[in-house]
Amino acid sequence: MTDITHFSTLSNGLTVHLKEIHTAPIISTWVWYHVGSRNEVPGKTGISHWVEHMQFKGTEKFPAGMLDREISRVGGVWNALTYLDWTTYFETLPAHIFEISLESEADRMENARYDPDEVSKERTVVISEREGNENEPRFQLGEAVQEAAFSQHPYQNEVIGRKEDLRSISRDDLYTHYQRYYRPGNAVLAIAGDFETRAMLEKVNHYFGAIPDREAAHVAISPDPPLGQEKRVAVSGPGETSYVQISYRAPRAGDPDFFTLTVLDSLLTGPSSLNMFGSGGTSNKTSRLYRALVEGEISVSCHGGLQATLDPYLYTIYLTVHPAHSPEDVLKAFDEEIAPLLDSPVKITEIERAVKQARALFAYSSENISNQAFWLGYTEMFDSYDWFENYVSHLSGVTPEMTLQTARNYLKPENRVVGFYTPQES
Amino acid sequence: MEKTPVYQGHRHALPGPDDITRQELPNGVTVLSRSNFNSPTLSIKGYILSGSYLDPDEKLGLGYLTSHGLMNGTAHYNFQSLYNEIESVGASLGFSAGTLTTSFSAHCLSEDLPLVLKLIAESLRSPTFPEKEFNRQKTQLLTGLAIRAQDTASMAALLFDQIIYAGHPYERPDEGFTETVQAIQRQDVIDFYQQTYGPRGMVLVVVGAVEPQAAIDAVNQALGDWQNPGQRTLPDIPPAHPLEKTTHKNLSIPGKFQSDIVMGSLAPERLSPDYHALRIGNNILGEFGMMGRLGQQVREQAGLAYYAYSSLSLSRGPGAWEMIAGVNPDKTALAVDLMTEEVRRFVTEPVTEGELADTKSYFLGRMPLMLESNSGVAISLMNMEHFGLGLNYFREYPQQVQAVSAEDVLQASRKYLDPQRLGIAIAGP
Repeated sequence: MTDITHFSTLSNGLTVHLKEIHTAPIISTWVWYHVGSRNEVPGKTGISHWVEHMQFKGTEKFPAGMLDREISRVGGVWNALTYLDWTTYFETLPAHIFEISLESEADRMENARYDPDEVSKERTVVISEREGNENEPRFQLGEAVQEAAFSQHPYQNEVIGRKEDLRSISRDDLYTHYQRYYRPGNAVLAIAGDFETRAMLEKVNHYFGAIPDREAAHVAISPDPPLGQEKRVAVSGPGETSYVQISYRAPRAGDPDFFTLTVLDSLLTGPSSLNMFGSGGTSNKTSRLYRALVEGEISVSCHGGLQATLDPYLYTIYLTVHPAHSPEDVLKAFDEEIAPLLDSPVKITEIERAVKQARALFAYSSENISNQAFWLGYTEMFDSYDWFENYVSHLSGVTPEMTLQTARNYLKPENRVVGFYTPQES
Repeated sequence: MEKTPVYQGHRHALPGPDDITRQELPNGVTVLSRSNFNSPTLSIKGYILSGSYLDPDEKLGLGYLTSHGLMNGTAHYNFQSLYNEIESVGASLGFSAGTLTTSFSAHCLSEDLPLVLKLIAESLRSPTFPEKEFNRQKTQLLTGLAIRAQDTASMAALLFDQIIYAGHPYERPDEGFTETVQAIQRQDVIDFYQQTYGPRGMVLVVVGAVEPQAAIDAVNQALGDWQNPGQRTLPDIPPAHPLEKTTHKNLSIPGKFQSDIVMGSLAPERLSPDYHALRIGNNILGEFGMMGRLGQQVREQAGLAYYAYSSLSLSRGPGAWEMIAGVNPDKTALAVDLMTEEVRRFVTEPVTEGELADTKSYFLGRMPLMLESNSGVAISLMNMEHFGLGLNYFREYPQQVQAVSAEDVLQASRKYLDPQRLGIAIAGP
């Protein structure tokens, strides 16, 4: 069965992506805004994520708690996510009752209240969320590496924000951020599921068509200069276990190098899942780093991945150090695995295997409607839906020569930050 | 109350006897299968009747290590060649021991069903537990335990089990402790495998783009001639005894920024007649929408926590009813008070008709979402088989949910929750 997809833009600038899927009586609705930690300024880090929390605190039409009840009582799920380049809100609902998602998303695009009392209660909730993260050594290490990886680009900050900023951001700061970025011209509405496109377009127009667009906020974000030299970061804290995180500056998602680096990552740390919801990954026991470091008993686990971003971000590898070894041993063994990639092209058979794996993972990604709606909007945050549709063919286009060139451009020491987390001396 | 339509016009999208194929193989393996040709993929799940329940105290973690060693090497494969088969086609396969069962889960393109079944059979029937891989896995588990010791949520959960299951086998964590894992030798794993792994009581579910009979035939070919006459039977599970009074356990993990609280009490087994009343009650207490009443009080009103919710675990033997929150270390007493107060209210006053109607409607409304994916259906079929619920379970489920009254919820909850007799575990700095 071929699913019908539709792309258009309303007169107020709202981008609309629709995909009919008639496999289950479900509709998944996502509203994506081009705003995330990338759009934050010093002193206000974490504001995009906090705004996301405030969007659940009610409007005149839907006071706080009302939608939670309305959506839950029909068996729906709803949630929101904030990341570097974007913030997104979704509802997946039984098809016969889905319309409340359009009504409420249109409503909170312009009418969220930001009640000062709610702001104050949410401040401690967000700080609590951060403190939960702070309990994790890997968060501590990740935050330090991320900060070292950029000198000026806002990607240097964790999405959750700095604690001192979370203590000082005001209600008006939040509301201003909301008003600046929550408008039709800065949003993508993506809907997948059991509907007829023509009827859906009418409903979309009905709910969103009259929302006036506001002037675009032009905040210049210039890319960071190259790192120039390898940076080292050391973090220590409680526990017995050491961790190593290695982050290379990586291409943006829209750069052809991104796909070549995806193939290299697949060889090094295993293929990445394309399914945000439920199963659909594979293990990485045959990856180069697992074989050399985990089977070699220098680390006890390895993972890695690239993030699809608007501006160049990071390609990161996470390693848990074997108790009989040191972080330095891990780095040395790691570098021995990178060296051949800098020396000669990857064999075509290895690329073909990575493509075959990606093809299976791509098939899993169509198993549920929420995931399909996710990709329908997500890709628009850093490229376009074609990026996803052509994902496997982009990978197929990678040649051995490209892997050598890309490895030399990105996987060189002067392009990375190396972080060690070691147990504190007690 | 308004009746929520379940699968309007898709009534028979709910799994039932007419579209689930179930067959028992002569050696004791039960196979269930259901087709879904919406995507060219399959979910394969199942379990055998082995688990940490059979671990000796001094070698706790044995079942866990055994299950994680199944794919380290078999009669026809070594570690790399086995994983190469799976990963080359983008499939996944893993085994993991729980308390009473050792489960497995696989995901693949439908064309790879024979391959995945062959590898499941290889892993279950002819593991060799090579020495080198055994030692590596043991170190990985020990590192995992060192990480667990630093994880406030895991440690609070572990302490909580030690309170409510004191003296009962369920007080033991499946992964064991550092000392007990250190004591495990390769021969222990081989012995454990030989004594506890076998086809009797095994269940295997295949859901996705395959005709059920073809799936069952393929399973029969891979596992139909597996025998283990020496397979041990799980001993009976003793009852656990409710606490006499509220009991605390605190653990200090220096250097942490947040404390985790797990509090609550024993719950009945899955087949208890109170099952539906308790599920509904738990949903109202700490699950519905933004974490039910607990979320409302602890997060929304007091701003104390990012998460504050309740969870009901009902399986074989005594279950657990937990209230969980992560809070600033200075606020633990306040959070415990707020949650205790919610328990008190919960066992004193019946839930409101509005709450009851909302939760029933939620339980029925979410079925299409739960059963949308192959893995969602596979998990459901596996549970139906595990607890002997019958193939008609989903079709009867709406009536059973609708039949629960506010008084049923109150009476059932009172049997298990008592604000004067809670287990309260806290791990933090």
